[in-house]
Amino acid sequence: MSKYTPIIGLEVHVELKTKSGMFCRCSGDYFGKAPNTNTCPVCLGLPGALPVPNKQAIEWCIKIALALNCEINEFSKFDRKNYFYPDLAKGYQISQYDLPFGHDGAVVLSNGKKIRIRRVHMEEDTGKLTHEGGLSFIDFNRSGIPLVEIVTEPDFHDAKDVSEYLQKLRQIVRYLDVSNADMEKGEMRLEPNISLSLDPKKLPDYKVEVKNINSFKFVEKTIDFEINRQEELLEKGERPAQETRGWDSDKQKTFSQRSKEDAQEYRYFPEPDIPPIVTSKETIETYRKSLPELPDAKLKRFEKEYALPAYDAEILTREIAIADYFEKAVKAGEKEKVTAKQLANTIINKKVDHTYLSTTDLVKQITANQTVQVDDKELAAIIEEVLKENTQAVTDYKNGKITVIMFLVGQVMRKVGKKIDAQMVKEKLERSLSA
Amino acid sequence: MSKINLGSLTIAKAKEALKKKEFSSVELTKAYLERIEKLEPKLNAFVTITHDEALKNAKTADEKIAKGEDLPLLGIPLAIKDNFSTNGIKTTASSKVLDNYIPPFDATVITKLKEAGMVLLGKTNMDAFAHGSSTETSDFGPSKNPWNTAHLPGGSSGGSAVTVAADEALAAIGSETAGSIRQPANWCGVVGFKPTYGRVSRYGVVAMGSSLDSPGPITKTVEDSAIILQVLAGKDPSDATTSPLAVPDYLKNFKNDIKGLKIGISDDYFEGVDPEVKRQVEDGIKVMEKLGAKIKKIKLFHPKYAIAVYTILQRAEVSSNLARLDGIRYGNDRSAFGDEAKRRIMLGTYTLSAGYYDEYFNKALKVRTIIIDDFKKAFADVDVIMGPTSPTTALPIGATEGQSMFGEIADMLVEPSSIAGLTGINMPVGFSKAGLPIGMQIFGPHWGEEIVLRAGYNYEQANPLMDRKPKL
Repeated sequence: MSKYTPIIGLEVHVELKTKSGMFCRCSGDYFGKAPNTNTCPVCLGLPGALPVPNKQAIEWCIKIALALNCEINEFSKFDRKNYFYPDLAKGYQISQYDLPFGHDGAVVLSNGKKIRIRRVHMEEDTGKLTHEGGLSFIDFNRSGIPLVEIVTEPDFHDAKDVSEYLQKLRQIVRYLDVSNADMEKGEMRLEPNISLSLDPKKLPDYKVEVKNINSFKFVEKTIDFEINRQEELLEKGERPAQETRGWDSDKQKTFSQRSKEDAQEYRYFPEPDIPPIVTSKETIETYRKSLPELPDAKLKRFEKEYALPAYDAEILTREIAIADYFEKAVKAGEKEKVTAKQLANTIINKKVDHTYLSTTDLVKQITANQTVQVDDKELAAIIEEVLKENTQAVTDYKNGKITVIMFLVGQVMRKVGKKIDAQMVKEKLERSLSA
Repeated sequence: MSKINLGSLTIAKAKEALKKKEFSSVELTKAYLERIEKLEPKLNAFVTITHDEALKNAKTADEKIAKGEDLPLLGIPLAIKDNFSTNGIKTTASSKVLDNYIPPFDATVITKLKEAGMVLLGKTNMDAFAHGSSTETSDFGPSKNPWNTAHLPGGSSGGSAVTVAADEALAAIGSETAGSIRQPANWCGVVGFKPTYGRVSRYGVVAMGSSLDSPGPITKTVEDSAIILQVLAGKDPSDATTSPLAVPDYLKNFKNDIKGLKIGISDDYFEGVDPEVKRQVEDGIKVMEKLGAKIKKIKLFHPKYAIAVYTILQRAEVSSNLARLDGIRYGNDRSAFGDEAKRRIMLGTYTLSAGYYDEYFNKALKVRTIIIDDFKKAFADVDVIMGPTSPTTALPIGATEGQSMFGEIADMLVEPSSIAGLTGINMPVGFSKAGLPIGMQIFGPHWGEEIVLRAGYNYEQANPLMDRKPKL
């Protein structure tokens, strides 16, 4: 056990799947389009063009904040974050500074640990730079796509918890149906900040931020790598540098990107082009009421209502589509006396493709394979009877033609006249024949 | 064609004449283009003359007139300040940084003017990025005051004011952040109207101070300002800061009398004002009194506070607004910025920086709220407030040299109302002994366009000056 406690916080960016951009009417679906074909004066930041906020995006941002148990600022506003970068069309990003839509929320992990959410705010995405043959190219297709930034307090102490939090967060935005959160498409971007402390109640005097991580697996690796790297430095009596690092997935290590000692000066000020956003208590309540049942609540309900083990309930509630499919199947199965447990087992074990198999067909499949119990004495009598009636077959079997047993199984089943377990009949026949 | 007497023409009169087929829009447009060609070497009012576009617009207008169509500005030749984006037509904001920038879209103001049937004569000179009150910061040389070409026309909409004063256009469009319509209108002896902030869309106007910028007309008469305002005003889905308030019929009541109109006068607005200007503005107020208005002395915040607030807020917004001209696009790097833009970027960057934000920007925001409240209180007692538009008549060319606060001094009397987002008008009242125009301002509360137009119109009828022309 190390004497240091890792102190980890997370910033996550989630791209919303709105029809149009955050401040313009360009399509929100830019992925894979030819460079600079999904642009307009607003997202190109042409002189005189003005941003008009996307109401849908704001509503979704507030819903994410509500789903993360945040307080909502009834009076909110946008601010300009000024910095220079070639992919930033206006020389500033429209973001939120002191009055984010949501603040002071929390997520509870399966081990009972509570992760506090510091803020949930709305901003716009930047363009994208690529470098090739000594040249740099700017594609503004992504410029102005709505982004929600979710910032936690430094409440994590290991990579496993971070991973669970991220899974939960992704699950929640998918439940809300506001983002696909596809990591490979950059729809969800992760930035852990990591430091080590001797006193778990005290924040260290430095912080290492790691950017550009595009999978949950890499976040875990990044954190474990950083914990080791920083511990080595601390053991040598060095304070790790306050800096931004990147994750190199080929070399499986982090590398220094830029020093944060001289913190970026963003010169935030209220965005004069957008009046403050006022969301009434009533509207916030309407949003709250419109939230779907969230994963934690659904899981608990499944355990209780369908008497499922936690393991099954967890798998079934991972995706809202599967959870809905399961509940529909339960309804369809009621008449056929197919139980929730049978449905859960089938869906989980047979990895049923819910987009392909209808719930009624699923129920039919299960009932078709269903067997009834028969009285052991009755079955033993029938087996004796069949063996007596088919002496030739019995002789053949004993002479080594063992495939004939399937004929005998068939005979037994016909006499029983009910759908019973053939395997069980076969085993009983085998025992009688070898006796 | 040259038979058309451009000097006596107003939008209202030209519309009548076009309807009666006294002349066609093409003839009218050609008359203006000829005059522009003749006067431009002297005045430098235009950055771009859109000769072909103008004739094309005029031809279309004539076809529409022949079909009996009636639009508010059908066939009317206008000049537009070069900070309004015009689709396919160079828009430089008089800066070298944008010296070859052709926007792929129209500003909302341009869209509305096109829909109203205007003929675009060209894009007018201005202080680069609207930074100034002289046009001396233009990268394409200053415009000249038609009343004395050794003098400045004022700014930043200097070119627009010149075109109207010199009959190079029937009317012009300018934009005001603090004084940029009213001050050049004053120095050039024409009517300049600044609407309430949020009444006219800023979409497509190269931004100066985003929380202040207000596009508006520069015209020969109050009626012409009302006609143009009617076209421009209204909520724009592309500008979130435009007001959803319904647009009144500005042409309905502006000719009503002003009996009982309560006019507020603050002595602080006459402090340090050139005695000749002061006397004539006081005469102007007496004219209003004779027309039945009631004069009331009021106490307002001293204009010097507005200068401080304005300087801080506007520079901060400028520093951010110009960041998009980052040297990567538009063909010129940031060394192409002129000295004034550089000064403003530096000052604005400073006041927004950590450790200074509360001291400057945040404090300025608070004082701005106090100024807005101060005016609200004042307008509880009076309908409009009057005073000089500028402390002096037009200053000589070169006056801005080494004067980084030149604009703030020249505009100190219009900055308080701009900071508060109020509406106001410059009315010519007479001429100095040196023959330079003198003007007075009438400003009203938020959304008080109607009362300001009515006050201006009544004064204009009592003291018509439109027919006095500069010798050119």
